[in-house]
Amino acid sequence: MNYIFFLLIAVSILAGIVNNTLDKVVSAMLASCNTAVEIALSLIGIMAFWLGIMRIAEKAGLVQIISKLLYPITRFLFKDVKKDSPAVGNIAMSITANALGLTNAATPIGLKVMKELQEENPKKEEATDAMCMFLGMNTAGFQIIPATVIAILVGFGAKNPTDIILPTLIVTTLSFLTAIAAALILKKVWKND
Amino acid sequence: MIEKFSLYILPIMILTILTTALFKKVPVYEEFIEGAKDGFKVAVSIIPYLVAIITAVSMFKASGILDFAKNFASSIVPPDIVPIMLTRSLSGSAALGLFSDIVKDFGPDSYIAKLAAIMVGSSETTFYVLAVYFGSIGIKKYRYALLTGIIADITGIVLAIWAARLFFLASSVS
Repeated sequence: MNYIFFLLIAVSILAGIVNNTLDKVVSAMLASCNTAVEIALSLIGIMAFWLGIMRIAEKAGLVQIISKLLYPITRFLFKDVKKDSPAVGNIAMSITANALGLTNAATPIGLKVMKELQEENPKKEEATDAMCMFLGMNTAGFQIIPATVIAILVGFGAKNPTDIILPTLIVTTLSFLTAIAAALILKKVWKND
Repeated sequence: MIEKFSLYILPIMILTILTTALFKKVPVYEEFIEGAKDGFKVAVSIIPYLVAIITAVSMFKASGILDFAKNFASSIVPPDIVPIMLTRSLSGSAALGLFSDIVKDFGPDSYIAKLAAIMVGSSETTFYVLAVYFGSIGIKKYRYALLTGIIADITGIVLAIWAARLFFLASSVS
């Protein structure tokens, strides 16, 4: 992350000088600081709402039921998570929310999962295998229906806006499975420094 | 149908949770408040990570380097798709913006628009998710999470090109 952060900023400034777009780079820098805070603030309400709903789901035993149902799969993917951990049920909820395109619900639940995984983490500054697997699944962006993309196509008057659903689903499923496979393999070969 | 589906799914989920809770005699209001208390804390705790990643990415976008990247396109992908390939792992809104531009410039039924649609629709912003999710709990060593995400992203790009050719290249050439 240190390299990525450095590269993004250094390359932008150098490219800004070469392309004569330095003024745009600087104004983008200043404006996006505010954008970041606005995004975080706009998250507060929806975050509070979903964390509240998820707390009720947990107290009602729904999260645990999902955890138990998915135990045969999750035991294999998340070996280091305890059997009765609420994280497993929440992982399932988070992947489901992502798959359905419910971005507003997915982020709060995902952050809750990270918190629960962190409680079982012996080294607080280092990611666990479960975290790497969860984020791998998350960043692969598995989605059943790409609603936003379709909305844009519809907005511009596409003839068959829904014909991208099947190819997208194939691609997203395969890259989702690739992420799982990659995490499983890397878990074995990754050397901790 | 799709819109209806996504319209119903959330309310039904919430209703199911609330009904089950009430049935099990869970004090729903008090538990909601208890859970919601964390909302502010979590949202505020991710601000530094959001500022870092969003600022870096938007500077990158503003520098015009993405236009420069178009020159590297080959015959496999149309040059205008290259900026999307590069930004989709960095910023969702940037990728959607570029996608809208392509749809506007080439028409929503063009091959390049379909390719862009598959690429954007099957991706998630890897760097953003990693920075925010790990940031919220103070993880500094990502171990192999970043590599996993990048492998999945590259697979996604290659597969998107393959799927677009398979489904759309024969019917419309542009």
